[in-house]
Amino acid sequence: MELWYTEQHTDSVRFSIKVDKALYSGQSEFQRIDVFSSLEFGVFFTLDGLMMVTEKDEFIYHDMIVHVPMATNPKIKNVLVIGAGDGGTVRELTRYKAIEHIDMVEIDKMVVDVCREYLPQTACKLDDPRVQLYFEDGLKFIRSKENAYDLIVVDSTDPFGPGEGLFTREFYGNCYKALKEDGILVNQHESPYYKEYAKSMQRAHKRIREFFPVCRVYQAHIPTYPSGHWLFGFASKTYDPLTDIDEQAWNDLGLKTGYYNTEIHKGCFALPNYVKELLISADE
Amino acid sequence: MHSLWQGKAPIYEALQKYKSMRVLPFDVPGHKQGRGNPQLTEFLGEKCLSVDVNSMKPLDNLVHPVSVIKEAEELAADAFGAEHAFFMVNGTTAAVQAMIMSVCKQGDKIIMPRNVHRSAINALIISGAIPVYVNPGVNKLLGIPLGMSIAEVQKAIQENPDAKAIFVNNPTYYGICSDLRSITELAHRHNMHVLVDEAHGTHFYFGENMPISAMAAGADMSAVSMHKTGGSLTQSSFLLKNGRLSTGHVRQTINLTQTTSGSYLLLSSLDISRRNLALDGKNIFQKVSALAHYAREEVNKIGGYYAFSTELINGDSVFDFDHTKLSVYTREIGLAGIEVYDILRDDYGIQIELGDIGNILAIISVGDRELALERLVSSLSEIKRLYMKDKAGMLDHEYINPTVVMTPQQAFYSNQHSVAITNSTGYICGEFVMSYPPGIPILAPGERITEEIIDYITYSKAKGCFLTGTEDMSVENIRIVEE
Repeated sequence: MELWYTEQHTDSVRFSIKVDKALYSGQSEFQRIDVFSSLEFGVFFTLDGLMMVTEKDEFIYHDMIVHVPMATNPKIKNVLVIGAGDGGTVRELTRYKAIEHIDMVEIDKMVVDVCREYLPQTACKLDDPRVQLYFEDGLKFIRSKENAYDLIVVDSTDPFGPGEGLFTREFYGNCYKALKEDGILVNQHESPYYKEYAKSMQRAHKRIREFFPVCRVYQAHIPTYPSGHWLFGFASKTYDPLTDIDEQAWNDLGLKTGYYNTEIHKGCFALPNYVKELLISADE
Repeated sequence: MHSLWQGKAPIYEALQKYKSMRVLPFDVPGHKQGRGNPQLTEFLGEKCLSVDVNSMKPLDNLVHPVSVIKEAEELAADAFGAEHAFFMVNGTTAAVQAMIMSVCKQGDKIIMPRNVHRSAINALIISGAIPVYVNPGVNKLLGIPLGMSIAEVQKAIQENPDAKAIFVNNPTYYGICSDLRSITELAHRHNMHVLVDEAHGTHFYFGENMPISAMAAGADMSAVSMHKTGGSLTQSSFLLKNGRLSTGHVRQTINLTQTTSGSYLLLSSLDISRRNLALDGKNIFQKVSALAHYAREEVNKIGGYYAFSTELINGDSVFDFDHTKLSVYTREIGLAGIEVYDILRDDYGIQIELGDIGNILAIISVGDRELALERLVSSLSEIKRLYMKDKAGMLDHEYINPTVVMTPQQAFYSNQHSVAITNSTGYICGEFVMSYPPGIPILAPGERITEEIIDYITYSKAKGCFLTGTEDMSVENIRIVEE
């Protein structure tokens, strides 16, 4: 018998992982949640049949979504994390002693419960005393927040499903309002490679650019995401990740990381020409 | 509660059976179950095209129903608590016209509020009936027209004891309900029929804690837009009737103008939606009420906006309020409703039902989800943050009492010519001018054009309202009656 997890990356492209065991299957109010174990990627979990996290490559995503803003402004104290039910983003954030408080807003409590049980590798720091969990819609949570955070991390699913509201103009506008004067917004920015993802990526970029004076995009290689070529958005009211990075300060923290380093930091903002063109034409 | 088994859907079932018989079509429509129009079939789906069929014996005939359509009508009548229900495929407009034309001949009077939909006045043009307008009054703050007050109706009846019918808008676009039961009693005592434009009231028949429905209030006929809040396809609706009028006569009147090629897509959508609401309407509208209530609370928390509801009830001109409506007063943040409406669509990708001078209206229905409302509320919050300005200089709309110089029919068929709207003061209007939506005429044929009305039209245009009704597509010129 052979069991394979297959994800449809486009109508005509599929990606498969051989499954050792199906560990969990459930339907929450918002989405279908599945957890599998595999030989190549270890335990991985999917939402509505789309890959979220694997034990083997999650470090790349979580390194890049957290350490880039943290190295840009090591004085960040108050953080809002939206989505990120697997806990990986919070795990990386809790490694910074300077951070005093983290609000994590995940719409689907079942995702957190399932990850606590099957993915302790990422969910291990959700009980850190600095972390406050909220189970509600991120768009709703942020509506009443003003001048409250140094950093907002949007670690969302794709913009088709419960994550849709986290790619809208109203959401980014509310993020701007919720950030302090030197606040930074980092978001999961989809992929430039396949057309459908590229469209979402352009739309997100266009909308963020309308609000933030500094608006950059950086990349990483995430093997289990469609095309493997993944982008993140960096937007801020003052800090520029390329000129404001304090390499010495970050390296002095002595954090051991699997992917991120300050050389990557400087290099990851260098984008291929076709991606640059997509970003420039995002307005059209 | 219902006397028939509402789980049945005879038209839907007949279509299923028709499909399974794999009939070879040598009749219209010529696309022959989609084969003749592959692009359309690809776009709408093969399932859809395969039941876009013509009347035939096993599927009955809308013009003269004797089998499955008849049965479906009986089920609908039972579900709505009416004596009879007609399936309408030419929109609620056709239902409104059929109601009026069933009871009013040339020269007959009909009492109605002026804030009716254009379909009602169209019916007057066709039938030659004479409108007796009742001033609906206006809520001063919101600038919206109210319901019919009993005193005004009584006055109209006394002044026009020969009127044949009273026409009531219930609920209005904004959700305001009149005292239908008292109006009906009053009308029947004076031997007048009661016709209700219940285009926005489908849910009154199925939800709990809703304003009273026209049929329950004893009204003689009601036009119900099943497609607005009941889930059927656009253009499909019901005409409901109680026992005082003859079913045959009303059907004959409907057949004067309704198509003889009734669409089975529309008919089956009515049948399936009726079944759905009869079986599950209570739950569905409980959810809708809860969503609307939540959205109102959240909008009111933003500050500046006012999402109004049942607190408007005053026992008379606002006898009841449809709390499933999300109507929001926007002028306090310095924006006309139509401006908020445009920003929502252009900048936030959100289409709401209408924006007028002072308010916006979002429809919440069987198809809505909580996350969608969060987007709407968050966008409103952003619009306030980004666009709020001083409200000075904004026009507050007053009800403009029309001076009816001649009947709509007389005016419409008179010799007319075109003049610039700005130069039309004092003339008799020969056509309609209205904002769409809501489609309530600012001017109707036969009314005197005044300075005040021209100012209102100019202001509406400047704020971005979509004006319609005139022959001149750019709404610069207006046709006036030659006196």
